[in-house]
Amino acid sequence: MTPILDVRDLEKTFGSLVAARDINVSVPAHQTVGVIGANGAGKTTFINMITGHLRPTKGSIRFEGRDITGKPSREIVRLGISRSFQVAQIFPTLTVFENMCIAAAIARRKSGLLGNILTPVTSPAATSEAEAAIDLFQIARYRDVTANALPQGVRKLLDIGMAVAGSPRLLLLDEPTSGISIEEKFDLMNVVMSALKSRKITVLFVEHDMEIVAKFADRVLAFYDGTVIADGTAHETLDNPRVQELISGVRLKAASHA
Amino acid sequence: MQSRASLLGGLALLVAAALAAPFLPDWMVSLATIAFANALVVLGLVVLWRVGLVSFGQALYYCIGAYAVALTGRWTGFTDALALVLLGGVGAGIVAASIGFLLARYREIFFAMLSLALSMILYGVLVKTESLGSTDGFSVATPTFFGYAPHGAQLSHWLYWLTLGVDAIAALLVGLYFRSVAGALAAPIRDNEIRVEFLGISVSGIIHTKVIIAGVLGGLGGALAAMSIGHVDPNMAYWTTSGGFVFVTVLAGSGYVAAAFVGSLAFEALRSFAVDVMPQLWQMTLGSVLLLTILFLPEGLGSLVSRLRQRRAVKP
Repeated sequence: MTPILDVRDLEKTFGSLVAARDINVSVPAHQTVGVIGANGAGKTTFINMITGHLRPTKGSIRFEGRDITGKPSREIVRLGISRSFQVAQIFPTLTVFENMCIAAAIARRKSGLLGNILTPVTSPAATSEAEAAIDLFQIARYRDVTANALPQGVRKLLDIGMAVAGSPRLLLLDEPTSGISIEEKFDLMNVVMSALKSRKITVLFVEHDMEIVAKFADRVLAFYDGTVIADGTAHETLDNPRVQELISGVRLKAASHA
Repeated sequence: MQSRASLLGGLALLVAAALAAPFLPDWMVSLATIAFANALVVLGLVVLWRVGLVSFGQALYYCIGAYAVALTGRWTGFTDALALVLLGGVGAGIVAASIGFLLARYREIFFAMLSLALSMILYGVLVKTESLGSTDGFSVATPTFFGYAPHGAQLSHWLYWLTLGVDAIAALLVGLYFRSVAGALAAPIRDNEIRVEFLGISVSGIIHTKVIIAGVLGGLGGALAAMSIGHVDPNMAYWTTSGGFVFVTVLAGSGYVAAAFVGSLAFEALRSFAVDVMPQLWQMTLGSVLLLTILFLPEGLGSLVSRLRQRRAVKP
């Protein structure tokens, strides 16, 4: 079967700085992949290249067999790759429902030059998807709250929910639990991961908390100095001595389980 | 439900306004025609304002629409009013579509100033063009309506009805546009452009569309105004003309399509009243009204309606 994501010899340089190099990763559909590494190890660069935010210097990215290297973000989104952000990117002056509805309506708009104008924003298809996404992410009690008044965790859920309302097949989560208190992290990830499972969405998530990675990832990629130094099941990667040596936090996690 | 009610309300107002013409004094019909022609330009500014963009150069399209009518009459002798109005709209739309590639990349003050600069270029060119009467401009051939050539009071009634008709269609289409994905993206784009891009839509594409819509509306307004005034001159592109449209936009607010028409009518009435009563101080009167609007009705005349609605909703 064609992998949903196939990355070959990916490289990104900014002048003399090498932000990513020799990245080779192939992800089969329905896998949940954790991405770990210190700040500046190349995780976000990797995500940004897949979503079209950065154009790779070298190498290729294939999505469901189709070459998407260097395509603009909005085109990649339309093909079926969506992302959420480290700092939740929502529309602060709109309510939760309106946020979701916009996201759903954009994904369901008619194609062509005038598609944006000829599609009503509150079409039945868009509103029912918006309601469904709100239920799926368990934020129904905030449905009519303006987004800038939401607690941090709900903002994150809304951000991811908006990505999901666009019906992606691959979703990239950039630090879904950053800015969330330790007590709330697991609840948040439980909601997110069961939502994504029920929609059969393949997930790549960047995460610093190794407990979260160990619990939710089928597979873990460890980044160091712009490249992947370990790739395997959560246990294989987290127990890898090189990973433990180079990525802080991993050894701590291993020690706590010893 | 609510949209059907406002549609019926609008239709009733339209019919009432059309039927009133023969019973009103001539000066009032002319004033209303100019007000409703200018309201189209304001409606275009409202479309831009909803994404947080202000154009201080909408007079560019107004002037293009006006000169398109005047020049066609002068060069070809063609005088059919409806066709000329559409020509004005299309002409301004083509210009908006081309400079939109540039404008759609700018925001905030840069957008405002760049549009102002472009309108002043046209002003400069027209002032220097002796063959088009330089600063004096020239007069517009008397329009005809499908072969019918009214004059005197009849002519002003027909122009008034034509303006009402164009306004009604424009209001309906802009209302539909506000309900579309592109129209509803106004607040999201103002809030967070990155998110809009990552939902799979081109922000500059959306803004470009809005520039074109505003341009077409500006051209239609200019064409109607030119026929109604019977004269065009470079002042139609001057920045104070643009400033007047922005003034009315602030007065009207961006909440309702209808507010553009009510605001424009209120502005023209206020201006002629102020000029009449205090010929030396009319600018001061207008300035005070704008100040009071910003202080007490920051969302414009249109917000009076939503305030009433809220008050009614609060009562059991």
